[in-house]
Amino acid sequence: MTKDITQDPITLAVIQSSLQQVCDEMDLSFSRAAFSPIIAEANDRSDGIYSADNGELIAQGALGLPVFVGTMQFSTRVLIEMINDEKIAAPEPGDIYIVNDPYLGGTHLMDVRFAMPYYHNDEIFCWLSNTGHWPDIGGAVPGGFSANATAVEQEGLRLPPVKLFKRGELDNEIYSIICSNIRVADQRIGDVKAQSAALLVGRERLDQLVSKYSAPVLKEAIAELRRRAALQMRQRLSSIDDGQYTGTAIVDSDGVVDEPLTIQVNINKKDNNLHIDFDGSSPPCAGPMNSVLATTQSSVYLAMRHIFPDVPINAGAFEPLHIKDPKGTFLYAEYPRPVSGCAAEVSQRIAEAVFAALVPALPERVSAAPAGTSGNFALGGTDPQRGQSFVMYQLSGGGYGGTHDHDGLTNGCSTIGISKSPPVEVMEQYFPVLYREYALREGSGGAGEFRGGFGIRYSIELRRGEATASFVMDHGRVGPQGVLGGKDGMPNSVTVWRNGEQYIPLHLSKDQGIAITAGDRVEVGTPGGGGFGNPKNRSIEKIQSDLDNGYYTVQQLEESYGVKLN
Amino acid sequence: MNKSSGNRSSGVITGVDVGGTFTDMLVFDSQGSISFAKTPTTIDNQAFGVMNALSQSDVAISDIDTIVNGTTTTTNAVLERKLARTGMITTRGFRDIIELGRRTRPQPYGMFGQFTPIIPRALRLEVSERMDSSGNVLTVLDEAELKQAIKQLLDQNCESLVIHFLHAYANPAHEQRAAEIAAQLWPNAYITTGHSLLSEYREYERGVTASVNAAVQPILDNYIDRLQSELAANGYANELLVMNGNGGMVSASMVAKEAAKTVMSGPASGVMAAAYTAKRAGIRDIITYDMGGTSSDVALILDAIPSVSHELEVEYAMPIHVPMVDVRTIGSGGGSIASIDDAGLLRVGPESAGATPGPICYGRGGTSVTISDANLVLGRLNPDTLFSVDNKISMQQVRDAVDQHIAQPLGLSIDAAAGAILTIANNKMAGAVRMVSLSRGHDPRDFALFAFGGAGPLHAVAIARELGIPNVLIPARPGITNALGCVVADVRHDFVNTINRPLDTIDALQINQTLEQQTARGRALVEAEAVAVEQIECRYSADMQFIGQTHLLNVPLPSTNVTTDTLQQLFEQAYLSRFHVELKEIRASLVNLNTTVIGNRAPLDLSALIDKSQRKPTLNEALITTRPVWFNNQWHDTPVYRRDHIPADARFTGPAVLEQMDTTIIIEPDCTATGDADGNLIIEVAHD
Repeated sequence: MTKDITQDPITLAVIQSSLQQVCDEMDLSFSRAAFSPIIAEANDRSDGIYSADNGELIAQGALGLPVFVGTMQFSTRVLIEMINDEKIAAPEPGDIYIVNDPYLGGTHLMDVRFAMPYYHNDEIFCWLSNTGHWPDIGGAVPGGFSANATAVEQEGLRLPPVKLFKRGELDNEIYSIICSNIRVADQRIGDVKAQSAALLVGRERLDQLVSKYSAPVLKEAIAELRRRAALQMRQRLSSIDDGQYTGTAIVDSDGVVDEPLTIQVNINKKDNNLHIDFDGSSPPCAGPMNSVLATTQSSVYLAMRHIFPDVPINAGAFEPLHIKDPKGTFLYAEYPRPVSGCAAEVSQRIAEAVFAALVPALPERVSAAPAGTSGNFALGGTDPQRGQSFVMYQLSGGGYGGTHDHDGLTNGCSTIGISKSPPVEVMEQYFPVLYREYALREGSGGAGEFRGGFGIRYSIELRRGEATASFVMDHGRVGPQGVLGGKDGMPNSVTVWRNGEQYIPLHLSKDQGIAITAGDRVEVGTPGGGGFGNPKNRSIEKIQSDLDNGYYTVQQLEESYGVKLN
Repeated sequence: MNKSSGNRSSGVITGVDVGGTFTDMLVFDSQGSISFAKTPTTIDNQAFGVMNALSQSDVAISDIDTIVNGTTTTTNAVLERKLARTGMITTRGFRDIIELGRRTRPQPYGMFGQFTPIIPRALRLEVSERMDSSGNVLTVLDEAELKQAIKQLLDQNCESLVIHFLHAYANPAHEQRAAEIAAQLWPNAYITTGHSLLSEYREYERGVTASVNAAVQPILDNYIDRLQSELAANGYANELLVMNGNGGMVSASMVAKEAAKTVMSGPASGVMAAAYTAKRAGIRDIITYDMGGTSSDVALILDAIPSVSHELEVEYAMPIHVPMVDVRTIGSGGGSIASIDDAGLLRVGPESAGATPGPICYGRGGTSVTISDANLVLGRLNPDTLFSVDNKISMQQVRDAVDQHIAQPLGLSIDAAAGAILTIANNKMAGAVRMVSLSRGHDPRDFALFAFGGAGPLHAVAIARELGIPNVLIPARPGITNALGCVVADVRHDFVNTINRPLDTIDALQINQTLEQQTARGRALVEAEAVAVEQIECRYSADMQFIGQTHLLNVPLPSTNVTTDTLQQLFEQAYLSRFHVELKEIRASLVNLNTTVIGNRAPLDLSALIDKSQRKPTLNEALITTRPVWFNNQWHDTPVYRRDHIPADARFTGPAVLEQMDTTIIIEPDCTATGDADGNLIIEVAHD
């Protein structure tokens, strides 16, 4: 091609969508072939293409789990640096590295990353990488979400970057080490095959792209697309007035020490850049609510993507976002700080703080605070009838915040996820439990001109045998914030009924090892979303409809809205 | 009104398909002649438009033996939430299931969006009763409470009723008893139980399906009643037949009972017609591409059988879990808007000008440049035909808009800018078609592309080229394919029963009994239909998974007599070919058993779809004109033929344009089109 690709917006647009298509096909292939429901159905995975020079994001699948929006560029960069420093073996064609070390550009240990060099003419043209959430990675508790771990070793097996596939062949020695350290290891081969096959799909599709456009043209197009994405993000940021914006979010506790943790985000908007720091946030914590740098940064990216969903994801879009390393806070976890809560909980709360900071500047683009927790309730035990041990997870949604023109969504998925919750009928089939109730949590949406959506309320009874319950949730102390005059949503609540006696976890939303027996019940109420705008401005028709549908009591409505209802 | 004759003799059968914009009609008369008409759809009362279409025919309504109707009455009711007032009674503690959904949001990114449940909370009541997952009664149904709840819903002026209990798929006794009691109190027959449409686990999906069914029953019934009496008044003596989303037809008297099955019937008819047409042409594996004004529908047909799914969603969080032809909608249509984004790149869609205001060239007030406008500027659409409707818009105005919105910002000529819109649009549509194919585990290059709808034949060859698809098939009447689907459809009933147990705990007898019971129910229903069938065909399949997995794989079964060993083998084979992964170490589980009972109707001859008497002996005589058309960045003097005039066995190489009443066909340069006896064009796509 003689034409300068940077001046050819048509070919650029086609290349952009082709790169996106490569990633979407990798995502699809990974999910379709994966064994674990958490990947196959909940899509807790992501695939992307990364720069050969520094691991920067080139393109990422549209249906990857949002929390991974920026993480793999950090892990790929670390991988490249370690290779350059000869700390790990140099790549060869067909190699696939495996790594889950959170401190090397990760999230928590369960998120296992694969990375494969993509070669063109004996040179690495780019990296293909993906992350999949494995259902278990060893450690103190099945599934990995220990609510009170105090060191990463208690959380599971930690893998530095090593070659799991060498020249296309699975290294059985390394694989057997992994399998000896995780639970239900016999099923993992299904996920390993799916995760590596997705990278091969990416390689095949990239081969076609390279042969269509040639490697130099493709490389130039990638650089130009990066430049243009940065331009586009700056364009969007220009709608924010220059100045200082601050938002905070309070994490209930770290699970070990019963004290709240503060996330404070300070955003300075200047010259179409955002300078972001977390000064004023709490210091590193003893329990597993520390967040590694990659997750902290990725959470900011994810929040911005929720605000500007149409800006394509590549490193250029992140360029105007300058995040100061939050050293000295719990958002910059260093070895051996426990981190299992960072991907599912702290990340959401960081996004929430960003929303809180920017809603005054962008009231038509940002909602009031959403529920902000993945609501993880795990129950493990042995079913005497089947003679089998089981681990059951109930992950729950909550209300979304009200927006400038409509009420918040009820029972929405966490900001960092996109997965569906399992049906009650499926849970009761697999596990010895009976749901007494699975209902909309009345009164939970914060009042406002546009109120928050509702959380849910469920009550689960153990039918047989004995089991232990654990909880990794949040927003138990304070509900999701209302904005611009709106009220907060209702906080999370956990109650365990043992032998007819009520037990409320000391940390409200986090606890583990609660022994229960047949007939005991666990009751959870998830947070409602924050309200948006002054409740006085809510229309009487909407208030009346909320009453007719039993969303609130007469008293609640009269108090919130200062009206008299009949 | 167009008419042509063939050489077939049987009863007169008429298909009428009511689409969003047009109502299409196709009549096969007793002499084998085929005639058709296109009339505007009457939105408020579709029956009026149907009668109007029928009045266009030379055949008197009293001379028609069979009328098959495809209707969007229920589709529109659901999408616009213009539903019958419906009440719901659930297991205590679970009335909010249909409002809570499965913890989702409308888009992966963006915290905006809302969801309105089909039945408002004020009309959802609870009663004491409970089954466990094995179907054991834990709490007996409290009949006094139930009666109280029914009365309360009647007092609240509900017209329809849903009874939805947990685990009713495992044991329907409580739902059945509740329905019995309700039948004594409820003034009409609009009572839907959760298990009756689909005996499948998953309370949200089953509950929404039942709610949709109840909420559209009175609406569908009204429409059918009105149409039936209009038809009867005009001398139609037989029972009306109605298209279902599974691609089969059902008698009007039976259709409202399972009204939810009609919600996605429009796209299904088109796919049935495609399967029928392509099979006659000897092509058995096809991807259908139906491009309309706002979106395009894509479906897969394997070995002449359209793929069926019972996990489709009509829109966000609106699953209708009954077996339906698996049609996926992709976001591009003729009205998709082209724009320049902040990065200076050209985008086409997702915004659409729809039918109103529509593309600029329609002259209905549209001001945004669309795919249709680009086709016009590039000579692919005939300006004379388009502008003859109302001369509100000129070519110059369309070109000016392309210049202002697209060409100038990109620094391109108007022609190149319009060409770029098509390049981007075709690339995007090809990508979407590819994802639909891959998500079902198939490489699109193994298929032929079957193009229909008003705009499908304009883009199909270019899309096939992008995808590496070797052949494109354009049927004789692309714009009335749905109406053809009504005419060629069979009678069809589908059954699903959830088993959901490890394969090694099930005995073959249970499998056999379940499938035989489904078959018996199906046969009885087919025999009760108001239409003659030549033979009854049964298809069996199992939905299976490895234990520990949640995604299902559908495995066709050879008969009702299968051992569990055979099932395991069939599943492993299917898994390997779909996912390219072998998992011999892991046990399989049988989730659902499915039976489809099809009453095959007498075959129809399609060769009269294009009137043979209109055909000219040579291609040259079919030539209307030559006009410049833009291909590969330059203008080509391109012959424009009248489709109906080309010889049946014509063979010619593009570039070429073919015009016909219902569509325009573009043959890209170097691609070769060949006609066949049914009037299809089969295009060999040239690949770089």
